[in-house]
Amino acid sequence: MRARFVMSEVGIGLRRNLTMTFAVIVTVATSLSLLGFGLLSNSQVGVMKDYWYDKIEVSIYLCGDLSEAPSCSAGKITIPQKDQIEQDLKAIPVVQNVFYESQADAFKRFQERFKDSAIAQNVTPDQLPESFRVKLKDPTQFAVIESAFSGRPGVDVVQDQRAILEKFFRLLNVLRNGALFIGLISVLTAALLISNTIRIAAFNRRRETGVMKLVGASSFSIQLPFLLESIFSAIFGWAVALGLLSGFKVLIDQRVAPLLTFTRFFGWDAVWIASLQLLAVGLFVAALASLITLRRFVKV
Amino acid sequence: MIKFENVSKTYPNQERPALEGVNLEVAKGEFVFLVGLSGSGKSTFLRLVLKEENPTSGKIFVAGKDLSKLSGWKVPELRRQVGTVFQDFRLLPNKTVFENVAFTLHVLGYSQKEINREVPEVLELVGLEGYGDRRPSQLSGGEQQRVAIARAFVSHPAILIADEPTGNLDPTMSVGIMKLLDRINRTGTTVVMATHDSGIVDQMRKRVIELEGGLVVRDQVRGVYGYSG
Repeated sequence: MRARFVMSEVGIGLRRNLTMTFAVIVTVATSLSLLGFGLLSNSQVGVMKDYWYDKIEVSIYLCGDLSEAPSCSAGKITIPQKDQIEQDLKAIPVVQNVFYESQADAFKRFQERFKDSAIAQNVTPDQLPESFRVKLKDPTQFAVIESAFSGRPGVDVVQDQRAILEKFFRLLNVLRNGALFIGLISVLTAALLISNTIRIAAFNRRRETGVMKLVGASSFSIQLPFLLESIFSAIFGWAVALGLLSGFKVLIDQRVAPLLTFTRFFGWDAVWIASLQLLAVGLFVAALASLITLRRFVKV
Repeated sequence: MIKFENVSKTYPNQERPALEGVNLEVAKGEFVFLVGLSGSGKSTFLRLVLKEENPTSGKIFVAGKDLSKLSGWKVPELRRQVGTVFQDFRLLPNKTVFENVAFTLHVLGYSQKEINREVPEVLELVGLEGYGDRRPSQLSGGEQQRVAIARAFVSHPAILIADEPTGNLDPTMSVGIMKLLDRINRTGTTVVMATHDSGIVDQMRKRVIELEGGLVVRDQVRGVYGYSG
């Protein structure tokens, strides 16, 4: 069969079944969009993790006059102890850099952060602990620091900011998994609709397929127009989904990002990668649903 | 051209065979009537020739091919050598006469140029020159059957199978269709026609194979429909 003839048959099929074609396109568009939102929220979680993990540090608070931890029973940390801690920290491979914050520095930072609050007036430098701020090459390697310094004489407490973020990310992961799950379910729905549409199309065109069989068309050439119809519908639906996702990205850039300055958002590269994945999913699902249905309903 | 060697066919879940121990041979260029009551096995015979069904036992050869050795994906190749015509015409209602006939050639991969040459030629052969732009609904039953024959014959198959082609037509139209089938037969095409129409069979005086309960009860050169009685 010549390509032009196949294409004209595909065109006739799509037009004759216009409402069903429209339904398939809309379903594919919505399901791929939902899956796309899932993929983008996955990228967003990744972006936020990078952004935040890049900023977080491990704080090693040192013993001051007010410390009550057992390791502070000897009172305020001594200068040799402090030097030793700094030396040891720098010798650990996962440590990227170490920053010492004195009581005066801590006081300055405190005053800045709470400058409009009455609390700032009531705090004096000697109430705030001095600390080492440790930046790790890999933020997940916190345990190395904790085991080395927790409970060491002169160290009050070792605190990992990541522990606070973890809870937040656990919540985000749940939301992301939910989005992906809904996306996958709706893709499955789209597959079932495509399969049903092909059943109807095959029934509507049983005369044509019957004649094609009679005159000796191969099963592939009988099935090809149906396959192409669902693939075209899937590509249309994907294009709509791509438009929706791009619109979503523009909306975030223009409306959401200026309000939520505490994080970065996924870039256009995430949108392109997601759209390629969606195209692959759309084509695969459409082709698979069609072929399985055609095997049952359009036999030679 | 068609050879049945001790062919039997029993459909699943049925005790009585639809065909039993059929031995016959149809030579190239022959015209054969297949007669018998409904349920005598005529349709099964035709379905076996097209490999729409496989025999339960025995061997079938069509156009030199052993059908039992023909794999599924080569069945379309077989069907290209066998044109088929049915009682209910089976035309595509939303295509014109020209497009209906061209459909075969499109499926077989002919170019538009070849199609534009072959289709008017065959329309002329069946007596429908100038009808190319009409739709099947604008034609009489006899004309529709001519379109169906044109579609079956346009690719010049070696064998033409006609299953009750005059079953829906009045006697005058039937005569026209028979003349057409005879003309096609004279081009060297083997024609196998299943029919109930005793008048036609008696008039044509061709070979008659009669089936009864799946058995060949008569195979007669220049036969008539029934034993005169």
